[in-house]
Amino acid sequence: MNPPHPNPQYRLMGDRSLLVELGNEIGPEINQHVRCLYLALQTAPLEGLTDTMPGYRSILLVFDPLKLTPTLIQAHVDGLLQEMDPASLPEPETHRVPVVYGDEYGPDLTMVADYHQTTPEAIIQRHTATHYRVYMIGFTPGFPYMGQLPQNLVTPRRDIPRTAVPPGSVAIAEEQTGIYPVQSPGGWQILGFTPLRLFDPARHPPALIHMGDRVRFYAIQKQELRQWRQ
Amino acid sequence: MAAVKVLQILASGPLTTLQDLGRTGYGAFGVPPSGAVDAFSLRIGNLLVGNPDHTAGLEITLMGLRAKVLSEMVVAITGGDMQPLHNGRPLPMWEAALLNPGDTLSFQVAKTGCRSYLTVGGGFEAPKIMGSAATNLSTGFGGLDGRALKKGDLLASHSPHTHLGCAGNRLHGAMVPEYADNWRLRVIWGPQEPDFPQATKTRFLKDAFTVTSESDRTGIRLKGPLLPAKEGLPTSIISEGVVPGAIQVPGSGQPIILLGETVTGGYRKIATVISADLPWLGQIRPDHGVKFEAVTLSEAQKALQKREDTLNRLREQIGSHPICTQGTTP
Repeated sequence: MNPPHPNPQYRLMGDRSLLVELGNEIGPEINQHVRCLYLALQTAPLEGLTDTMPGYRSILLVFDPLKLTPTLIQAHVDGLLQEMDPASLPEPETHRVPVVYGDEYGPDLTMVADYHQTTPEAIIQRHTATHYRVYMIGFTPGFPYMGQLPQNLVTPRRDIPRTAVPPGSVAIAEEQTGIYPVQSPGGWQILGFTPLRLFDPARHPPALIHMGDRVRFYAIQKQELRQWRQ
Repeated sequence: MAAVKVLQILASGPLTTLQDLGRTGYGAFGVPPSGAVDAFSLRIGNLLVGNPDHTAGLEITLMGLRAKVLSEMVVAITGGDMQPLHNGRPLPMWEAALLNPGDTLSFQVAKTGCRSYLTVGGGFEAPKIMGSAATNLSTGFGGLDGRALKKGDLLASHSPHTHLGCAGNRLHGAMVPEYADNWRLRVIWGPQEPDFPQATKTRFLKDAFTVTSESDRTGIRLKGPLLPAKEGLPTSIISEGVVPGAIQVPGSGQPIILLGETVTGGYRKIATVISADLPWLGQIRPDHGVKFEAVTLSEAQKALQKREDTLNRLREQIGSHPICTQGTTP
């Protein structure tokens, strides 16, 4: 049986990048096509292509305009899309991510519980009950955008974003969950803290979690943090 | 060969960082390119002192760097004109000059442009992280410990002495870029230009914008006519990768030209600055005026070729002076 081929939309972003859109919504199926095309481009690289940035439903292809043209890239991508089969993708890597929930580690846990008219324990239970899909990495180095949250955990962003969210913060916003790898401003609701180092510029690859991976959170006590810190 | 100390920073000015041409190929990990905002000036500077294109130089913002020279070396200063002084006397820009230990080098306030580039023959020493020595300030890696330079910093070079023969190399006056206070930037529409009504697109091209003081290495923030999207559309879009030069329009309707410190974005991009004009983004400063002009892909390609020709001509001209590549070894 032939896999469904996404009908790509090509859009120029200037003269040195081409946006390939494989759909227009956030969802696992379209994102699976994105991952498939991303991996196909890794296996069949195109000379002159300098960067590929997979997103929820698109891939941005950055190229050297002195070596490549959008027309050539489009032909290459069309070819890859014809051959690609999302069913044959390698199994994604699953990360088990330890989290200390609440208190100073998760300053918004109580508020989120209040919002859903339940207890912090119930929020932790909901957040740890699902395998999340990593839709894309972005915003800051190594930041995984993950989804979907169960409906009973969907929470709006904070009204006033924080100017400095500490590294390791595990947070939610709307239907997404994410982990702040480095200190940055941020408007998501912080539920907890993970001692895992999501981004290390000296490591190869520098990001721990990659687009297409799966993430499952589990609760640890703050006393256990010590064993995670070398 | 051990690295030689070449410069001691006496005053850093508001923002001076080590930058090369930036990191490429790490977008999927959320790592932005960073690098010189005006890459053209950095490349010219490197050519003049006999360095490869991707060598790290100092990017000096607006004013104020003062440094003591610790070794015999050649330097070139390109980009915005901060009226550089060598031992208190004007030092010509766009030209490789020989400096001696004990000399001082200082920069005043930018008379034109926004960023000066200081390159040294042999390059400034900095570890390459993901293929680049560029400073990523927001995450804090690259360059000198991931931070801006400060008073007392010592900068080293691997081989300043082998480049001494480059002294005297200069960019022909006709090839020196002229910086304006009112800029005309060429753009290609999109990627989300269909989301904007014709009235917004017309205004985008017709009216002038002013650069605000919130502009920095992450983006040039503009003030001017509002650029609303079509009615009924949400303010944000599904996040996607972005490149330097993409002009995003957030809910406020005031556009931001993204620079090389951002990898993804969730706002519409009405248009994107063409490669040939990206270097100008490094020389635009607060209160400058900006107007946009839409061009086709083929016009953008021709413009870039023209810019590359300038570099090629300089490369040929310098290549005909064997002394620059031959040099002297201590």
